[in-house]
This record gives sequence, structure tokens and C-alpha cells, in this order.
Amino acid sequence: MPQMLHHLRETPSQTAGPYVHIGLTPNFAGIDGVYPADLGTAMVNGKTKGERIAIAGRVIDGAGEALRDCLVEIWQADAAGLYPSPSETRGSADPNFAGWGRCPADAATGEYRFETVKPGCVPFPDGRLQAPHVTFWIVARGINLGLNTRLYFGDEAEANAADPILSRIEHRSRVRTLIAERVGDGYRFDIRLQGPDETIFFDI
Amino acid sequence: MSTAGSNSSPETGAFWPRDRAWHPPPLTPAYKTSVLRSPQRALISFSNTLSEVTGPVFGQNLFGELDNDLIHNFAKPGESAQGPRIIVHGRILDERGQGVPGVLVEFWQANAAGRYRHKKDGYLAPLDPNFGGCGRTISGVDGGYAFRTIKPGPYPWPNGVNDWRPAHIHFSIFGSGFAQRLITQMYFEGDPLIRTCPIVNGIRDPAAIEQLTAPLDLAATIPMDSMAYKFDIVLRGRRSTLFENRLEGN
Repeated sequence: MPQMLHHLRETPSQTAGPYVHIGLTPNFAGIDGVYPADLGTAMVNGKTKGERIAIAGRVIDGAGEALRDCLVEIWQADAAGLYPSPSETRGSADPNFAGWGRCPADAATGEYRFETVKPGCVPFPDGRLQAPHVTFWIVARGINLGLNTRLYFGDEAEANAADPILSRIEHRSRVRTLIAERVGDGYRFDIRLQGPDETIFFDI
Repeated sequence: MSTAGSNSSPETGAFWPRDRAWHPPPLTPAYKTSVLRSPQRALISFSNTLSEVTGPVFGQNLFGELDNDLIHNFAKPGESAQGPRIIVHGRILDERGQGVPGVLVEFWQANAAGRYRHKKDGYLAPLDPNFGGCGRTISGVDGGYAFRTIKPGPYPWPNGVNDWRPAHIHFSIFGSGFAQRLITQMYFEGDPLIRTCPIVNGIRDPAAIEQLTAPLDLAATIPMDSMAYKFDIVLRGRRSTLFENRLEGN
């Protein structure tokens, strides 16, 4: 018998359920006084560098209806393309930028919205630059394992065309499901869980 | 910066691939809500980039004194939540068996009667005026964490005509990279409802269900005060970058 590897198995996921707000956004859920504020509501402050943008949209189910009980988290680089994380070894990110945001869908409309800055470019492992993008993570009742996708920007056509991930997507008609179009000072990004326009989800 | 282990090199390696057969699949028809909320196309895979191997950190200054005490963090002064008092403790590990320090762990649950403090919960069981149902903590240098709460009750839910959730506590865990992000539920050893639950049974491998079942830990109890349950949580492992080539200019 060779030696044992002693690797563990990842803890299996379970759905976030209908009451995810109690745990992750208790003030939004009306549970006041436990935490001063819900985490992830402020990604920027007055000193944050970069172009201010808003990202908004809905998560839509297979019947075409917006999920009004989902929760969306995003993670992105700062305007210079640096992540505010210990695992970022290329430099120090903007100390006035959180990089991470959390937003529950509006209980009436299903709309989520983040106030952030447009991210800079981040390299792919082989050194090529990726197009500016925002990582999304979506959880909700009925979603057994959190869904990962990315938002790319509609006004970055050149960078998107050269992006190492976008350019390897076999079904070219699906690439547009990852592209947020500019509307006013922000970008609109609807996420479709099923159907002919199902958003591309990633196994990262 | 609060992350324990700040004297050691930061983790920068790619994560081990996720074993999706170990997790419940997206479509589990007995859990009806999954039917219209499960993507149907194949996921697209790519090697981790900085966007996946980095992740947010949360400082120690975030935490209030009662954040990890659900018995008291919503209660009126001098009062406490009703129900069996328990301690839940364990370690946040990765698949290499190493403790993951400095990560945010959030938890939420129903009260002892099986009722959530949420406008969408219509179960006739009573609310506890001294129980909010949320808490959070940060893992220590060895990945250890603990909190104090009351044991939640089981409750009926609208799925089949007579489905009951086993008693459970929801967990949300960050890792050192955003691709480790995980939400799960902890169940209690010996609960007969575990094996009847359509949400639990979305998991195919009985060993994976065991991994979500916390044993009673008499050694961690506080005599005349609290019972204890142990729940270790394993996040994805990541490659060591020790011998990996670094590209020029990278």
C-alpha cells in the first residue's frame, strides 16, 4: 500500500434558501441592531479612483420572471486592474475601493444594483490581458450551488475581442449573454438562468 | 490587515477543480424550486486567473462583541433567546487539510420553534422576541471558529404537501480566494428528518450528507449551560506555486 494522500472533500453546497437575507443582509431583512450596517453595500467612497459606474439588472428564471429573493455578490479589480486582496502580488490596490459588493434583489422588482468603478485590465495566467470584467456569484432558493459568471463591458469591443476567455467560447451567439450594455452612467446586466438566452455560467 | 498568517506568503495558486458530482446538481426535481432556476447548458471551464484566486478580506474591527452569540445579540438587556443552548464549533479547512485563517463565516437559522424572523415565513409557530437568527465570526490562526446559539427547530415548508426541513443552520463561508465562496447547511446528528428532505437528498452520495451532519461533542459542552456540536467546513484546496514557472513580465 502506498502512503495515503489525506486529501479532504469540499463541504457539499446547499441552497441559500428563501431566508438568506437574515444571515447576509439582516438590516435589509428588518433585523435591526445586530450589525451597524449590511456588509457589501458600499464599494466606493469619495476618494475612490476611477470612473464611477452603476451595474444593475435582474436574475430571471426559466419562466421569464425575475427572482425577487436572490442575492448577488460581485468581485472586481480597481480602476488600475489590482485586487484588494493578500493574493494580489503585483501591487497595492486603491485603499478606498472594496472590490467586493453584496446586494439582495429588490423584493418587489427583483432588481439588483451596485455603485462601483469600472475595473482595469487583469492578466490571464499566460500574461495576455483580459478584458475588463466583474465576477458575479448568485445564490437563491432553488439554486443548489452558487452560480459563477462574469460581466464584460459593451463599450470595450476591442478588448472583448482579444479576451482569452471570451475568444474561446465555442458558441459565438452565447458571448453576448456576458456583455453588459451601457445605459446612461451605468451598465445593464440581466442574468438568465434558462432558455435560449441562458447566461454563460463558469466552472472556475 | 486582520488575516492571520500575515507573516507567511499569501496564497496565489489556482484552486483544485470542484467535484460537482459531490455537490447537489443544479436540477433536483423533488426540490421543486430548482426546476426553473437550474441552468441547463454545460458550464464553461477555464484556468483560474487572478479574478478567481484573489478574494476580499474582512478586518477584526468589523466584529461586535455579540456577533457570535445568537442567544444575546438580538435579546433585550438581561434577557436571552429561548431554546436548547448550544455551542457550534469547528475548523475551516481546505482540501489539503490546512486551516484557513482569517475568513468570514456567517450563519443564520430559525428559532427554537422552527420560525424565521422573515416576512415571508408564514409558519404558525411563534417568533421569539429575543431571537434575531443571524451571527458571524472570523476564523482564527488554525482555521478554528465557534459561536453560541439555540438549537433551531424543524419546520414544514411548501414543496410537497407534507415536507419538513430537518433542524439546520445555514452557513456562508469566504475563503482566501473568491472561487472558494460557499453556502451550505449544517444538520444535527440523529435527526430522522435528514433522510426525508428533498433539499438534502439532492446530494447523491450518502457520505456527502454525513459531511453536513454535525455530531454532538460532549467534550466541548459547558456543564449546566450549553451542549455542543462540531462542524468542520472544507473549502477547495489550491495548488502550491512553489515550483511553477513565472512568465516574464507576469
